[in-house]
Amino acid sequence: MGGTSSKLPKDLLSEYQELTFLTKQEILLAHKIFSELQGGENGPYSSRVSMQKILTLPELKANPFRKRLCHVFSTSDMKDGSLNFEDFLDLLSAFSDTATLEIKSHYAFRIFDFDDDGTLDARDLEKLVNCLTGETDDTRLTAEEMRQLISNILEESDIDKDGTVNLSEFQHVISRSPDFVSSFKIVL
Amino acid sequence: MDAPDAVFFPDRRAPASHLLLEQLPSYQSLLYRRKSSSSGRRQGSGRGRQPSINSGKWAEQKTVHSGEELKPVRELPKSMQEKRQEKQQRLQQGGALTGWGLWRLNVHRSLKRLKEDGMDVLSSLQLWRADIHLIEGMFGTGILSYFSFLRFLVLLNFIMFLLMFVFVMLPMIITSHSAHNVTYSSSSNVSVCSEYLGSSRQGLVVFHEHITDLLSGTGFLEHTYLFYGYYKLEFIHSHFTYNLPLAYLLATVTYLLLSLVWIVKRSAAGFKRKLIQDEDRFQSFCNKVFAGWDFCITNENAARLKRSSLLYELKMDLEEERIKRKMANRTRGEKCRIYALRAALNLFVMAVLVACFYCIYEATVFSQRKQAEDQKSNFLLELVVEYLPSIVITLANFITPLIFNLIINFEDYSPAFEIRFTLMRCVFMRLASIGVLLFSLWDQITSCRNSGCPCGYNHQLYPCWETHIGQEMYKLVIFDFLIIAAVIIFVEFPRKIIVNYCDCGLVKWWGQQEFAIPQNVLEIVYGQTICWIGTFYCPLLPAINTVKYILVFYLKKVSLVTNCRPATRPFRASSSNFFFLVVLLIGLALASVPVIVSIAEIRSSRACGPFMSYNTSWEVVPRVVSQLPPSLCSFLQALASEAFAVSFFVITCLGMFYVIALAGAHKRVIEHLRDQLAMEGHDKRFLIQKLCQAQQAVYAHSPERRPPRGFRGNRYKAGMYLVEPLVELEMQVTVATRSSLYPSQRVTAVTSSAS
Repeated sequence: MGGTSSKLPKDLLSEYQELTFLTKQEILLAHKIFSELQGGENGPYSSRVSMQKILTLPELKANPFRKRLCHVFSTSDMKDGSLNFEDFLDLLSAFSDTATLEIKSHYAFRIFDFDDDGTLDARDLEKLVNCLTGETDDTRLTAEEMRQLISNILEESDIDKDGTVNLSEFQHVISRSPDFVSSFKIVL
Repeated sequence: MDAPDAVFFPDRRAPASHLLLEQLPSYQSLLYRRKSSSSGRRQGSGRGRQPSINSGKWAEQKTVHSGEELKPVRELPKSMQEKRQEKQQRLQQGGALTGWGLWRLNVHRSLKRLKEDGMDVLSSLQLWRADIHLIEGMFGTGILSYFSFLRFLVLLNFIMFLLMFVFVMLPMIITSHSAHNVTYSSSSNVSVCSEYLGSSRQGLVVFHEHITDLLSGTGFLEHTYLFYGYYKLEFIHSHFTYNLPLAYLLATVTYLLLSLVWIVKRSAAGFKRKLIQDEDRFQSFCNKVFAGWDFCITNENAARLKRSSLLYELKMDLEEERIKRKMANRTRGEKCRIYALRAALNLFVMAVLVACFYCIYEATVFSQRKQAEDQKSNFLLELVVEYLPSIVITLANFITPLIFNLIINFEDYSPAFEIRFTLMRCVFMRLASIGVLLFSLWDQITSCRNSGCPCGYNHQLYPCWETHIGQEMYKLVIFDFLIIAAVIIFVEFPRKIIVNYCDCGLVKWWGQQEFAIPQNVLEIVYGQTICWIGTFYCPLLPAINTVKYILVFYLKKVSLVTNCRPATRPFRASSSNFFFLVVLLIGLALASVPVIVSIAEIRSSRACGPFMSYNTSWEVVPRVVSQLPPSLCSFLQALASEAFAVSFFVITCLGMFYVIALAGAHKRVIEHLRDQLAMEGHDKRFLIQKLCQAQQAVYAHSPERRPPRGFRGNRYKAGMYLVEPLVELEMQVTVATRSSLYPSQRVTAVTSSAS
């Protein structure tokens, strides 16, 4: 898509390499995909792509957390979930192979915090489980099972027994979770 | 719930303390919202202002430690703009770098970039990257772990092949094409043991006999590089003397050790996690919920299936917990009955296993006898007789899992344990069947018709017994591959066609093929175990195995993509990896036993192979050691002596006990700290409760402090004067919009004030 007109300058490329966990190939591929989403406009470094367009990406289409991803990584003032190219790179960097566990767990916490209040309380956990299992009635857990599940989760992760999971408790339980690193990964 | 805990639960009556909690330094440090623009937020700028005050405090604290190593900028969880600013800030602060420091920083940076580019190139060379990415997108990480395990085995086999090729085959190939002085191996006294005619066919050879030879390693294949018997050289003299028997032996030991080290290294990460997890649950709920979704899934269908499998898994685990609770409440009579039933069923399982092993033994004996008679019969019948042990083993491995699955339903274990136990039984059956085959072969080889064996083995039937064992292993490998291919082509594809086009009830019950990971893994571990045993007798076996696993990869991938749906009970990636590698280690342990026994104990064949002039294959090593310079010789002999072995063993045991004690001490400290943390939480809640009571007491005494508006604002006003001055007090009302339960609390608070 306009290979000569919208190429990344070299110094920006090396800056992105330094500030993210992505390799040069991955940054260039992300640039190509982002330019396609923009429809070939020039100057992709500051303009934003709306959330609907981002959600058409194949990597995000099937993801139940796609809207939360856009909201968490968006730096737009209008809180509409639109991403510019640097937000997009931040997203890919957090989900790349070489990102540290701390980064991944930090962003995972923000994604799972549906009401953005800094803790995962019972309502957040309920929404999280419903996202995982499906939104329709026959794919949900019963109320009794949900209560049992949430109390089990809180028992395992809530160390100071305040009924919510804060960031350090979340990071602590994630550090003991063996599946997290392999499942929290998006590769273009 | 006791009164201090009421602070935290929104459905209890303790609203005022929430704001106090928000002001705690520990809470503030967890806030990630560093942006000062907070007017649009639901939480209100009271929250927004606070971080700007306190984050300044925290930011100062961070720069105090600038002498220590700061985290690299990209490891900070901030947006790109903020990371840029942070980088500028750091450059300004560290701006007083001299030329030397600056140069060092640049070199460090460019080295890092070089390393990253190198890793990039290496990862792009990874085998089958695109295929595995596709499978990951369609099926998730559970099935992916099977294919990356297969890729690991392909690499391992290839390295084994390179090892044997470079050290054993290459010298022989070089000498056959150039003029070097060679010494052929020969036995010390030429006797009846050294007669070896081989089974090469003479005269006119019919075409189907070539096929038989190809499939069973006899005839023209017997005198090629494929088998042990062809390596007749002992010494190659050029600039130095190359001792081929020693190279052969050391290459064998090396490939076993290399496999062990590589597998242990690969499983180290998973093993550490298993040790740390002190829960006896099958899998923790947190792991399932927080790490449950594979973000790499790109297929809509796969996402739907993943959701349903997650739902199923969560329901099953909750069910299992209920069952466990029920099991804990069993009466003694019930327990006795269940234990008796389990003992009876285990005896039944053992009887089944013994019956299978006996069948394998008899089949092997029958097959060997028929081969020795060497009657010309029907071509197909001859092949069946040759392959009889393989056929019996495959049948046994097909029937026994069905029996195990049936029996486990009566034994009344928890569902998770049922799966693990059945799997362990299947693993044992698979690997023990190879052991029984080898035992029966050894029995045949070392049993002679008359009283003793003059050569140490049955030289009439097996003049070159190592080649014979190599042939049996070769047949097992070929047959295994044929069965895998046949099942895929003749069972899975027709099943898919029938399920798609036929609509009767029986077909619907049979359903679409599920990709059962444990059974598939057992298949390839079985193949790998045979390869480990057989490489000593058939040096080209790793190459055959490599090709076989490459073909299996493509066959399985095609079958997976077109025929299968993911299993309803998901197999987690982490536990899968650990399980695969444990089973592989068991296979390796089992494989090294026959190899070690035959190297060290059994008399090597006098008629063929590189070890003709030695009593056992191991004898090469002492003979070579005795020819070394005396100091080295005595050092090596000291290493092999009993004194050294015993003291080494004692020191290793001491080290192990120390480490175990250390681990136990750490665990106790962790428990202690955990209790302390919970107690600190209790203390915090208690103090806040007291504080709130003190606040209530304060303006119960001074009612003129009450503002004309809602009860709520006043409480906060009073509370804040006691704790620390807030900048914007009336903004606290917007905190009420934080949760939907607050309006009801406000109502209750107002009513309680009115009463």
